[in-house]
Amino acid sequence: MDNVKKALAEIVGEDHVSAEPEELYIYSYDLGTTEPHRPDYAVAPRTTEEVQGIVKLANKEKIPVVPLGGGLSLAGLAVPLRGGIALDLKRMDTIIEVNEKARYALVECGVSQAQMCSYLERYHPTLTHSEPGAPGPATIGGNVAIHGQGDLAQPYGFSSDMINGLEIVLPTGEVCRFGSCSISAGWFTLHPLPDLGLFLGWSGTTGIITKVSLRLFPCKRIRGTGQFVVEDEELVPEVMHKLTHTQMAEDIIAYSQAIPPFTSGLHHITINIGGDSEEELEFKQKLLWDDTLGEYIRRGDGGFLGFRRGLDRPVVAKTSDWRKGGGFEYVGAIMPVDTYPECYRRGREISERHDIPYTVLGRCIGMSHAMMFSWTYAFNRADPESIRQAREALHESDDLALELGGTLWKPGLYGQKLVMERMDSNTLELMKKVKQLLDPNGIMNPGNWEVA
Amino acid sequence: MALAEYKYKDILHRCFRCGYCKFPTNWIDVNNCPAYARFRMESYSCGGRLWLTRAWLNGEIDWTDHLAQIMYSCTACKNCEEKCPLRFNVDIVDMIRATKSEMVERGLIPSVVKEFLENIQRQGNPYGKARAKRGEWIGGTGIPQYEGQEFLYYVGCVGSYDTRAQETARTLGKVLIKAGLPFGVLGSEENCDGNEVNTLGEETLFEMLAEENIQKFRDLGVTKIVTLSPHSYNTMKNDYPRFDGSFEVRHYTQLLRDLITQGKLNFSGGLNARVTYHDPCFLGRWNGEYDTPRQILNSIPGIELIEMEKNKTGALCCGGGGGNFYTDFLAGSESSPARIRAREAYATGASILAVACPNCMTMLEDAVKAEGLEGELAVKDISEIVAEVCGLA
Repeated sequence: MDNVKKALAEIVGEDHVSAEPEELYIYSYDLGTTEPHRPDYAVAPRTTEEVQGIVKLANKEKIPVVPLGGGLSLAGLAVPLRGGIALDLKRMDTIIEVNEKARYALVECGVSQAQMCSYLERYHPTLTHSEPGAPGPATIGGNVAIHGQGDLAQPYGFSSDMINGLEIVLPTGEVCRFGSCSISAGWFTLHPLPDLGLFLGWSGTTGIITKVSLRLFPCKRIRGTGQFVVEDEELVPEVMHKLTHTQMAEDIIAYSQAIPPFTSGLHHITINIGGDSEEELEFKQKLLWDDTLGEYIRRGDGGFLGFRRGLDRPVVAKTSDWRKGGGFEYVGAIMPVDTYPECYRRGREISERHDIPYTVLGRCIGMSHAMMFSWTYAFNRADPESIRQAREALHESDDLALELGGTLWKPGLYGQKLVMERMDSNTLELMKKVKQLLDPNGIMNPGNWEVA
Repeated sequence: MALAEYKYKDILHRCFRCGYCKFPTNWIDVNNCPAYARFRMESYSCGGRLWLTRAWLNGEIDWTDHLAQIMYSCTACKNCEEKCPLRFNVDIVDMIRATKSEMVERGLIPSVVKEFLENIQRQGNPYGKARAKRGEWIGGTGIPQYEGQEFLYYVGCVGSYDTRAQETARTLGKVLIKAGLPFGVLGSEENCDGNEVNTLGEETLFEMLAEENIQKFRDLGVTKIVTLSPHSYNTMKNDYPRFDGSFEVRHYTQLLRDLITQGKLNFSGGLNARVTYHDPCFLGRWNGEYDTPRQILNSIPGIELIEMEKNKTGALCCGGGGGNFYTDFLAGSESSPARIRAREAYATGASILAVACPNCMTMLEDAVKAEGLEGELAVKDISEIVAEVCGLA
């Protein structure tokens, strides 16, 4: 056993460190189109102290550390570009506390989204968190590390806007707490200082998130989804704007896709609402369907496809099987809502050029302050040409998002480069200084967000 | 064999590795794949095994003993098939089995698996104990030899040789006698049913065992079989018909439920206890039988049946399937699935953990000891609980 592996085993136990080709193979791959890069070790710590020990060792040995949650970014953000330690954080999966009155949950970073939902449904049914569209194994820590969004993004914003406190292992091994938890036992607010804003959305390049205090929100007794459809994509921004004005919706998503063919070209708008009573639900439905969307129906511009009670957990993994190929990847961009029509048209062109059935989706963030717009490309994992086509389509979508005035969410290396090329030079310099200050040995997820 | 010759070459790459396969039905944790629960490395998840299979057959990685251990740590519990949202999910366990078959073909199996299979080939049981001693469990119980009675009581390898499971086998025999059921056992003439051999990928040996058993049953005029083990029940019910071996096969809980309903088994007392029931994979997920064992327990006066959080389609496997009760790839840790399951059972507040499978019995009883829960949580087979309330214990 080499010395590093031996030292890692002393920290996490022999069962939870590997330098075997099988683990190195698995952790070299992202699920999207990113080329694999092998780590030298795969390690699965259980505690913050173990993470701390690993990071200190990595500093001593000058070995990269690549933190990994569910490994579902699809953009290759946890691919060990320069080898080192693939740090699988999913063993850190304890829900430490749910404070009903203050509406927050203190969790370890590796708690999965589905685990969180299930726990709240069972033990705190009046509370919910913003569940992302990612598969259920995606982790809470991973989602905030990439500025994710979930099904409460419309009223409350990004998942990283829903944080009440953080515990971070710094790239040099110190443990820091941010928010009220740094001065008391309460994890009820992140602001004001010591909220330094240095870790959320940085994809693990500035430290490792080990604990998260996550804001919870009222969970209405009855929840469900209404479906509205329009043929003219130009109407979508206006519809979204009007819907958000009601302040009645929990989640608003517009999407269009080539499969099934009879819906191709249509724009479905799903609207999640909830009510604690039939009266509340009826009132919201009237306000949304009759008062807000009624004019489109009367004009023949849109149709109401019905309301279904109960929220289905998203099963986005099914997208991977559209071409019976086991793969898909998407570009997610944060865009002004009024760019929806252009995003759709140009995205569809990209898909058709690469012979991939088109799928586009825009999720409202905030009160139409922005939307997360995604261009999704399924590919066949067994066909290198199909992977190449998808990769090209993804790059063209990255270019398109920036051309249309948007910014990229959790971009892969190609998109990171585009963003940094356009970034204000002083901001870029500050990013560089922050990273150098926090991570003097450059061990944290190197290759990502590297300022030249 | 190259990937092109692999039976599932057209679907192997379709696993996205999203990770749904690790969840129980109620999503409460990601520990419901027993091997993943034990090691918590992606390589040990169902998706990991499928990706590694493809990498191996593609020549991207070489075979190693570690690769074989990863494959053989699969207990064939079918949790992955239950949770995978993709259309090929019904084939997942068989895809892993096909990988094991390839390893068998190439002679690349772990030594303990080799030992397991060789023992069965030589002695008809995985322990390598003498065939002649297979009937010793009967002792002086008066359980009759099969001589054309209505039912053959097939005990299986674990019930025949494992000391604790032998007690269960004897107890069930006594219960069946009390119910007046015309039945007999094969004793030293019984042979391995082959279920584990099949899940370990030794197709030739499995076919041989199935054909030999079928021929023996035919020669003896067997038409109805009641099994102690859900593993035997599974293979005799679902696999033997492929070899023209069609018998009326029932798991013993199904028979006991009917005997109770028909008034042929009368309870002389009740059992004031909180009981939780562990679903065996080969009765539950493999054969959809969730209700009958619960109906028996609910019919016993005084029993309060409490469900574990993960039950029925979402039950955590004890870790003993796929030969792991012997090969033990998942042992040695508080994260061993049997120990997790013992803790889950204890968390219900039950004093009895009821099982309906000799493999689960041995796995969970050892786990209860390892957890230091002896005296607080008793592992009992349903037949033993029934025997107790029938005044047989």
